[in-house]
Amino acid sequence: MMEDKPQHVEFGNAVIDYPINRRDFIKVAGGGIIIFFSAGILPAQERAPRRSPAGQDLPTDFNAFLRVGADGRVSCFTGKVELGQGAVTSLAQMLADELDVALDSVDMVMGDTDLCPWDMGTFGSRSIRFFGPPLREAAAMARSILLAMAAEQLGIPVSRLTVKDGVVSDKKDDRKQVTYALLTQGKIIEKHLPAKPPLKKVSEFKIMGKSCKRTDSLQKVTGQTLYAGDIRLPDMLYAKILRPPVHGAKLKTVDTSALKNNPELLVVELPDMIAVLHKYPDVAEKALLNVKAEFDIPGSDLDNKTIHNHLLAVAPKTGEVISEGGNLEQGERLATKTFEETYADYYVAHAAIETHTATAKIDGDSVTVWPSTQTPFPAKESIAQALGIPARKVRIIMPFVGGGFGGKSFHLQAIEAARLTKLTGRPVQVMWSRAEEFFYDTFRPAAVVKIRSGLDDAGRIVFWKYDVYYAGPRGAEQIYAVPHHRETAYIHYTGMPGAHPFATGAWRAPGNNTNTFARESQIDIMAAKLGEDPLTFRMKNLGDKRMQNTLKAAAAAFQWQGAKAPSGRGYGVACAMDAGTCVVTMAEVDVSRTNGEIKVKRLVCAQDMGIVINPAGAILQMEGGLTMGLGYALTEEVGFKGGQILNTNFDTYKIPRFSWLPEIETILVENNDLPPQGGGEPPITCVGAVIANAAFDATGVRLFQMPMTPVRVKEALTKIKSEK
Amino acid sequence: MTRDKNEYIIDDITSNYHVKGEAWTMGIIDVKVNHKTVRLSVDGERVLLWVLRTDLGLTGTKYGCGQGHCGACTVLVNGKAVRSCRIPVRMVEGQEILTIEGLTQNGILHPLQQAFVEYDALQCGFCTSGMIMNAYSLLKDNPQPSDSDIIRGMDHNLCRCTSYVRIVKAVRSAARSMKSGRRE
Repeated sequence: MMEDKPQHVEFGNAVIDYPINRRDFIKVAGGGIIIFFSAGILPAQERAPRRSPAGQDLPTDFNAFLRVGADGRVSCFTGKVELGQGAVTSLAQMLADELDVALDSVDMVMGDTDLCPWDMGTFGSRSIRFFGPPLREAAAMARSILLAMAAEQLGIPVSRLTVKDGVVSDKKDDRKQVTYALLTQGKIIEKHLPAKPPLKKVSEFKIMGKSCKRTDSLQKVTGQTLYAGDIRLPDMLYAKILRPPVHGAKLKTVDTSALKNNPELLVVELPDMIAVLHKYPDVAEKALLNVKAEFDIPGSDLDNKTIHNHLLAVAPKTGEVISEGGNLEQGERLATKTFEETYADYYVAHAAIETHTATAKIDGDSVTVWPSTQTPFPAKESIAQALGIPARKVRIIMPFVGGGFGGKSFHLQAIEAARLTKLTGRPVQVMWSRAEEFFYDTFRPAAVVKIRSGLDDAGRIVFWKYDVYYAGPRGAEQIYAVPHHRETAYIHYTGMPGAHPFATGAWRAPGNNTNTFARESQIDIMAAKLGEDPLTFRMKNLGDKRMQNTLKAAAAAFQWQGAKAPSGRGYGVACAMDAGTCVVTMAEVDVSRTNGEIKVKRLVCAQDMGIVINPAGAILQMEGGLTMGLGYALTEEVGFKGGQILNTNFDTYKIPRFSWLPEIETILVENNDLPPQGGGEPPITCVGAVIANAAFDATGVRLFQMPMTPVRVKEALTKIKSEK
Repeated sequence: MTRDKNEYIIDDITSNYHVKGEAWTMGIIDVKVNHKTVRLSVDGERVLLWVLRTDLGLTGTKYGCGQGHCGACTVLVNGKAVRSCRIPVRMVEGQEILTIEGLTQNGILHPLQQAFVEYDALQCGFCTSGMIMNAYSLLKDNPQPSDSDIIRGMDHNLCRCTSYVRIVKAVRSAARSMKSGRRE
């Protein structure tokens, strides 16, 4: 499934088209969006045919995944990229273990479109889950063949051979040995096996399942790691591009004459791009200030206050049913207590510390781009389209990426750099400023969730009608054992024409943070009404043993003492399923009645993620997700007025800091019967919900909107007081 | 509003800095960068961050926000952590600059670098140089910080991934090993 693509984004007076699948294309075109390109940049007949990413398959030849060098080092080829999530380590562990080589003999080659097998992108907590199995199969295949070759060379049957660290030896006489390096001599292995050899069982793991430190730390702590902005090429120019002041603005007039006297500056003027290039980026930036431009600004009243009503007003009447069971009307008749609530949240930025950056160069008719992107292969296609050249003439080489979180699935900056290198004939680097980053970010959409649910006399949930608008379906599926239920999602997180004033897209565990906030709040509301401990209520209404075990593990670590809410203690619990992983988070918070501030004192998170390849890496992701989640829960909200983005930097857009740190405890629930599940996104999903539930337990006040800012908390506290 | 020490330093150094309206004037500026004297032929109004990254090729220092909010561009000027994105290069004439590339000596990692590796105190690594340089300055002023000293001293460096828990542990551990005399 291709989920993480923005469908279109406004850019000056043009709309840049993105690689999207056929169904989405028809939807966008049918919605009345006109997609066009400036004349001369993209002749229609040269457009590469759209390729459905879903139609792409991984290669069947294991040589596409790995190569044993003449020096014994093993290269691992993967289309996945390293964003900080740690795939650089965990994928290497999988290859090393299955091939029986030392972990430090593996060199990861990530996201090079000329060398690596095709990949749709690094998102969705999919690297270990979906790329891991074929990688392990390739390694197991290579190992079997290398053993057969060794048997032939040593004149010993395979059954008598053993492998350690890439050295094959006779079990009976270890003086008889041969290395992988000697067997292959750096060449592609021509032999193949008729059948797939079995993968190692968990009990046979030597490197997988063991905590490994990050393999990229040494270069990162010494400043040697190259990111897209660190690529230096001879004669390279840094480009700064004129941006519209608001989304939807059209360039009316432009005057670059003030720059004409400076021979060091290069000015590019196109119908859809005005760029200033110089050998120093700060000089280019200063020069751009001297470009005079006038824009037609569209009028729009939309802002943070009106957005939810607008979104509901333009939403389609029918949505996509995500999961369904029983009969809702029958469920309503069984209910003795019914609950109807509406939850909402606002636009949230990705705000990776590295802004979108790309360095590009042209040699003859071939273009090479080093972008900060989560989607190197789709970027290759987009660039080929934008330049009107065949895709085989475009190579993407992936540097390390300074954080993605979904935001770098979108790669406009790579297209900009590629266009500018083609136009100028010189290497070009485009590095967005923080303001550009906030302007062009594909925000997590503002969203609304409406839930109607009911309990029978025994305190069991008998019906559940769930409608989520704009957040998307992930995390909306029913996880409780409810006999009569229907979950419906209206509009994907990429939005639809006429809905959002700017682009929206995937944001770490897209949709699930919103859906879990709504679902787990509703569960707590029902538990409170019954006067039942929220943990007990969940255990009673869950059918899934995995989730129940995970709840028990979290409760034991938290030392949860059952009590009905509000207990005044500020304890909360929430659970979620994400990317195949069971997540339970418990929190302890303080709520200030004077200023409305929520202080998270403690977070305990337990996960059942199946077999864990790198426990240390999984825990790092849990700590990271929990801490990052404090932002969307408490402060992060993109302010806007019409198409203008009011936040341009970290002074007004507040992301988590050291001083917010709660005490954090993480638990991996052992489950070696299940293949590895997702790890990068699941731990963030419960943070909003668990804080809302803990805040209720502290104050008796329910918060229906995220972020739960001091202003909203105070409003809710005051409202309750006045109702009393 | 509370302002930490680092912000004062930034204000002090940038007090004469005006972005607009000044003519570009090329000049010779001598600075010491990572223990070596460097003669720059440069417009003194240019930003230190970009002079380091482009003219000197020291790309370990990062651009994160351009306004001194995130700390990714932190370097040391005469031993104090400053935000290099806010400083015109003329302000550091004759001063000593230390960047992440200058922290490793004779191939031996600084205890802070060692501790960041030891504690996996990073993910994407983009904020790491700034974190380490800021922590270096912090430990210089306060060789035995409590956890709350560390949190206060690091609070204006942002990590989105976010490895704050690990960074606190790493700084604490580096302080201990520096105290035991391995290195300043």
